[in-house]
Amino acid sequence: MTEPRAYRQASWNEPVAMELGAPGRRGLTFAAPEAEVAAIGAAEDLLPPAMRRRSRPALPEMTEHDTLRHYVRLSQQVLGMVGISLFGTCTMKYNPRVSEALGLRPQTAELHPLQHPSTLQGLLEIVWNFERILKALSGMDRFTFQAAGGADAAYAHVCVTRGWLEATGQLGVRDEIVTSIQAHPCNPATAAAGGFKVVTLPLEEGGYPSVEALKAALGPRTAALMINNPDDMGIYNPHMKEWVRLVKEAGALAFYDHANFNGVMGKIRARDLGFDACMFMLHKTFGGPKGGGGPAVGAYGCTEELSRFLPKPMVNKTASGFTLDIPENSVGKVREFMGNLHIVMRAYAWARGMGAEGINEASDISVLANNYMEKGLLAIRGVTKSHPDIDGPRMEMTRYSLGTLKEETGIGVGEVANRMTDYGVDAPWLAHEPWHFPEPFTPEAGELWSKEDIDTWVAVVRKVCEEAYANPEIVKSAPHNAAIAKVQAEGCEDPARWATTWRAYLRKHRGGARQQAAE
Amino acid sequence: MRREGRGQKLGVVVNPVAGLGGAVGLKGTDGPETLARAVALGAVPAAGLRCALALRALLPLADRIEVLVPPGAMGEEAALAAGLRPRILAGLPPPVGDGTDTRRAAARLLAEQVDLLLFAGGDGTARDVVAVLGTGVPILGVPTGVKMHSAVFGTSPRAAGQTAARLLGGEPGIRLREAEVMDLDEAALRQGRVGASLYGIARVPHARGLVQACKAGARPDDEAALDALARVIARDWPADRLMILGCGTTTRRIKRAMGFEGTLLGVDVALGGRLIAADANEAQLLRLLERAGAGGAGIVASVTGGQGFLFGRGNQQISAEVIRRVGRDDIMVVTGAAKLATLDPALLHVDTGDAGVDAMLAGYMKIHTAPGQRMVMRVGAAA
Repeated sequence: MTEPRAYRQASWNEPVAMELGAPGRRGLTFAAPEAEVAAIGAAEDLLPPAMRRRSRPALPEMTEHDTLRHYVRLSQQVLGMVGISLFGTCTMKYNPRVSEALGLRPQTAELHPLQHPSTLQGLLEIVWNFERILKALSGMDRFTFQAAGGADAAYAHVCVTRGWLEATGQLGVRDEIVTSIQAHPCNPATAAAGGFKVVTLPLEEGGYPSVEALKAALGPRTAALMINNPDDMGIYNPHMKEWVRLVKEAGALAFYDHANFNGVMGKIRARDLGFDACMFMLHKTFGGPKGGGGPAVGAYGCTEELSRFLPKPMVNKTASGFTLDIPENSVGKVREFMGNLHIVMRAYAWARGMGAEGINEASDISVLANNYMEKGLLAIRGVTKSHPDIDGPRMEMTRYSLGTLKEETGIGVGEVANRMTDYGVDAPWLAHEPWHFPEPFTPEAGELWSKEDIDTWVAVVRKVCEEAYANPEIVKSAPHNAAIAKVQAEGCEDPARWATTWRAYLRKHRGGARQQAAE
Repeated sequence: MRREGRGQKLGVVVNPVAGLGGAVGLKGTDGPETLARAVALGAVPAAGLRCALALRALLPLADRIEVLVPPGAMGEEAALAAGLRPRILAGLPPPVGDGTDTRRAAARLLAEQVDLLLFAGGDGTARDVVAVLGTGVPILGVPTGVKMHSAVFGTSPRAAGQTAARLLGGEPGIRLREAEVMDLDEAALRQGRVGASLYGIARVPHARGLVQACKAGARPDDEAALDALARVIARDWPADRLMILGCGTTTRRIKRAMGFEGTLLGVDVALGGRLIAADANEAQLLRLLERAGAGGAGIVASVTGGQGFLFGRGNQQISAEVIRRVGRDDIMVVTGAAKLATLDPALLHVDTGDAGVDAMLAGYMKIHTAPGQRMVMRVGAAA
């Protein structure tokens, strides 16, 4: 049986950068300006007086190698997101370094979004070609990459829904959006942000809402359905075609949140099911980097009928090259410029590398890997899965519960996640709300991780659950092998203590005098 | 809530006979004759054992808290069985074998200023405890009884013990919320009739769903959502439309938003934002409905207790006839999303005593959970 790896994190008593350095130290010194430049005078004299600083910025004064050492030490105190990261409610993929390198080339990195389109032809060609790939995978007619994440793409759909309602004289008449309790919370959230009322469907015996519940929710006020399938219970709702038919019959739009596309890639197409629009996450399913709230892309696609409402600008191909155009009834923008196109570039590299057959095969592997992992996880005392009575394999992920462990040992999913880092694997991301099944976690094996990786990850969960029964204190007080032990989270709820800047930290934790000195 | 300078005090009361009736097919254990019948039928007292199971979760805190118990089967035995070293309340009269014992012990624990009273019993025990403590001292039930319609119980003995430990240990994720104490009329139940009443409101600790306190902090809880919803309902309800308000703390928010306190445990009627009938009975409601003007009438009700009852438990004044006259479309159900989420299965029950009205109410209903937010829930006749 596989055992967890031994691991101990480096631990430095590293001060924050603001406390480092010494007056006068520099990372780089500049040559004195040439006479012609010096003749112009001090740079600050060129600024209007009201915009000039009254005091020098309080920056640490450091050499280049001091700075490098500081950040190397900090990086040694994290897991780096390159370990075995089954993360949870998220598809984590490794994108080859060559794709990263493509994104960092000056031809990409140094482009400016306000350049004339004639000087952006290479980039626009990639956008156009990648759109063709997503069109093929979804059956939709157009895609925009402006949204900077899944929630932003859901918001784009809410905006397009408003545009469509306005154009068809139904704005204010249809003011409800239907979603499910286990849809990602961004669906009800963006619906509400767009001024719609939210009608939520419950999960029922099959592990998804019933057709009857949907019928009860639909009516002349329904503007749209926003749904994912499968949700992260991992159960595919086989009635989705009927759902979409009912939604269309009620006169509303149907939107497919394809956050969990990995298990059905190449198998089903949103348009074939009747959907008007869908969304893909390039930072998950298509191998873009992610984590830490970094740049992401929610690719939003829709039918020809809805494409006139899409955010501006759209990339079009003409006889004389690629152009940037404003759709006839564009809803405007959901994000600056054209979105995070460097992620589109990485996703394009990933998709071209995989090919159509590779993408199709990847979804098979991800479902297989999840069901392999499930065997290992359910053999662990304290672990159960959602809807345990529903037989049959799950899709690419399953929502598990540590409710039994919590009940029997007092140790819940938060403590287990903390302890897992002691064995050198990333703490699983907490499953999103609501927590119908107590103490949930939703690891996703995907197509990337090897059998050995999955075995190791399961071994860590097993080890920690065993510890919970034998010695709960060691789990409760974890992590022990990490640089930073348990974080006391209450401060995050206390305005008198939280500090998001160095200046606020000095004011709240070291008294005002030091702060004034710093300013 | 934590008092500085001294350890936290936990009071424990076990109703030794709670749950006896259920095991042998009686519908509760109220009254000495029923108890005798239960024992004769072979029932084994389990309340003490279940309480010990709960108390075991408090062992890690044993050095920091003081545990106060009545002597013998009413607490001492369970605490010792759990491995705790309790302080025995002195001078209590010998047990007489009914609710008097619970009430006397609760009164002593109130005088001792306990920070939490953990009781082992069912709805009847909860009723006795809350009759003495009101909302002054938080309570939490270790489920051992037959009837558990009150929303004051942990989901299991262990879960109750863990929640108590987290409260007394000062964990930030624990909050107090108001919960209904309800009880059925057992004599009627044994004769095949169901009658339940709302007997009071208790303050009960509950663990917020999420482990990460900072993450949970960003999420408005039921209380904020329901207060906001109450203001919207009070604002938008037509001035000429009669509003029949069910009992409980959720509808009280609407009453308060309209500017009156109303009857917490009863049914009130409002018109034009004013209270026109307090604690109304069925006959009064029917009279008011007859006289209702062009604006018609609507019922605003909430899910009462811990078992997902919409009508027929604790709000029988809103009778089958009242519901029939108002009509299904004019019933507005208001309940917190978190409360709905705890229902397992996700089903609301009705038991109006009229099969036709129960059938009319059955099916899916959109329950209001916050302004602009509704949850579709299946409604079914209680089995």
